[in-house]
Amino acid sequence: MSEQIDRLIKKEYAAGFITDIVSDTLPPGLDEDVVAFISGKKNEPEWMLEWRLKALRSWREMVEPHWAHVTYPDIDFDAISYYSAPKSSSDGPKSLDDIDPELRSTYDKLGIPLHEQEMLSGVAVDAVFDSVSVATTFRHKLKEAGVIFCSISEAMHECPEIVRAHLGSVVPQKDNYYAALNSAVFSDGSFVYIPKGVKCPMELSTYFRINEAKTGQFERTLIVADEGSEVSYLEGCTAPMRDENQLHAAVVELVALDNAKIKYSTVQNWYPGDSEGKGGIYNFVTKRGVAHTNARISWTQVETGSAITMKYPSCVLKGDNSVGEFYSVALSNNYQQADTGTKMIHLGKNTRSTIISKGISAGHGSNSYRGLVRMNPGATGARNYTQCDSLLIGDQCGAHTFPYIESKNPSAVIEHEATTSKVSDEQLFLCQQRGLDAEKAVSMIVNGFCKEVFRELPMEFAVEAGKLLEVSLEGAVG
Amino acid sequence: MLSIRDLYANAGDTEILKGLNLEIGPGEVHAIMGTNGSGKSTLSHVLAGRTGYEVTGGEVRFLNQDLLSLATEDRAREGLFLAFQYPVEIPGVSNMEFLKAAVDALAAHRGEEPPDAVSFMKRAREVSAMVDLDPNFLKRGVNEGFSGGEKKRNELMQMLLLEPKLAIMDETDSGLDIDALKVVADGVNAFRREDRSVVLITHYQRLLNHIEPDFVHVLAGGRIVKSGDKSLALELEDKGYSWIDEEVA
Repeated sequence: MSEQIDRLIKKEYAAGFITDIVSDTLPPGLDEDVVAFISGKKNEPEWMLEWRLKALRSWREMVEPHWAHVTYPDIDFDAISYYSAPKSSSDGPKSLDDIDPELRSTYDKLGIPLHEQEMLSGVAVDAVFDSVSVATTFRHKLKEAGVIFCSISEAMHECPEIVRAHLGSVVPQKDNYYAALNSAVFSDGSFVYIPKGVKCPMELSTYFRINEAKTGQFERTLIVADEGSEVSYLEGCTAPMRDENQLHAAVVELVALDNAKIKYSTVQNWYPGDSEGKGGIYNFVTKRGVAHTNARISWTQVETGSAITMKYPSCVLKGDNSVGEFYSVALSNNYQQADTGTKMIHLGKNTRSTIISKGISAGHGSNSYRGLVRMNPGATGARNYTQCDSLLIGDQCGAHTFPYIESKNPSAVIEHEATTSKVSDEQLFLCQQRGLDAEKAVSMIVNGFCKEVFRELPMEFAVEAGKLLEVSLEGAVG
Repeated sequence: MLSIRDLYANAGDTEILKGLNLEIGPGEVHAIMGTNGSGKSTLSHVLAGRTGYEVTGGEVRFLNQDLLSLATEDRAREGLFLAFQYPVEIPGVSNMEFLKAAVDALAAHRGEEPPDAVSFMKRAREVSAMVDLDPNFLKRGVNEGFSGGEKKRNELMQMLLLEPKLAIMDETDSGLDIDALKVVADGVNAFRREDRSVVLITHYQRLLNHIEPDFVHVLAGGRIVKSGDKSLALELEDKGYSWIDEEVA
């Protein structure tokens, strides 16, 4: 069977094309001047530049973390360009009609049309190309509801007080090595503000695209849901196929004030490298949300891309009765390595968290779940339920689980369940005996394995995620 | 329908089938009986194309094609169905989803449009009623948490829905109580038609009280050593298998 499985996992990466566009790209290297350049490019206020420089200084004193269950050669941070923008949009996004046709066709090819009339109904998109946001759709419609959805550079001018109050409040500059780097050089990203009591009238989404060679992408997303508001947000990511590794170090901060709900979904399909393990994106991302009283933060992620992934979308359950959820599907095929999971930090009383993690390993892939559940002394009556399932396809891959559990409150209840299974010979035979080919059979079995997570995705994207998984697994059986 | 000539096959390094011959005509029901280790399951797996078996000699014709040259899924698409002795679970994949995928694959192979969802659902409910399976089973994961009897009835339901030309039932009667046995027998009898054939692989004669076979064969040492009509099954029930070993020796 493993031969058959091998054949199935191998398939082309469909988003791997390069857009031929003239870009403003900084020469490689990182110093104060680079930070000042980026800040200047955005006409940022003085406090923002200071904030960035402080982050840069911290970063220089920090060391690259090596505790994750992944191996890769040292990154040469001086070989990376920290800013690249398509020339046509170097002055920031204009109206949708002014988008460079090359860019528009790039997004069309990726299935993300930027014409509002062609959009999936009810989904607003912010398109980030290399370092800058090139378009945000449906802004006016959202504005009517009081929702602000724009690039974070624009937000610094349009609502500086909200940005200043919350930027770095969840992920401080010094939080970790990559967060510090991001804080110094982030060039764009999305900003969302939902006013008190407003339920955002449409799904919001950001589509990240790395195009330029030898660049890193450092976007920063900040979502603030004011008291009693609700929002569902989705991000998608792709990159061309290139032989060298590229760094993507993003920071996402979520603030859910009292009684607010934020649902954050990710479909990550960065270029995973080729079947020999050459090239691909290093996806080192810090994502964290703070949930105030009665608030709910839900992370759903489908991670099929990237050569190496280290990310742990986390919830700080600060307010009493707040809820944190983490639903994850992570696939490692070929030579991909993923070390991913979550942290649920219970501070408030009666806080609840749920973790459902589905790791799939195929080819020579290595998939690790790393999760922390911490019950602080004040977390009276808090509960956590963790379910952590691994599925192995073939006999060259690996699955690992690193759960960390800390409880400082005797009334807290923590449950952890874990399983490991294989796509078995018997399952494949049953499917084939009913007329399905092996490829269809594996994708059906894997989709079944992921069902609990897929049903958490917004409707439009659940189907996409299933298909993406199918493509990412092609060649997995062989 | 099916013609097996001088078939030799290994499971791993062990030779299991040693020159097996069998002719099955359209509309016929054949019972293959034999002790544990006689090669019954190997025969069904080799015919269905499971990996892990190696055919070392002989020929199998199915509807005038070289069966052994066809891929596993193509054998199924051509109309060969195996009801499993131990049906495996596929968690999270609903029975309905699984059956629709199978029905669609078969339709595509015949160059037909897949049935629309409504008529498919209707047919699936009819068939599940025929095997006395609650329609809720259609929504559950394939065999997920089913009892032994429910799994067997689920196999039978698939057979009735997929309408194969040749159904091989690998010890479908094992582990069934008398009521479930009756349900299985009714299902097989409903399936019988002059253009469909059935192979019943079984240890026991009791299934044959409910499904009358046209032929009964005894498999021993990897070959058919004795064939007869249904009276052979009764004789086996009465005298056991040892007299056959003596007769063959």
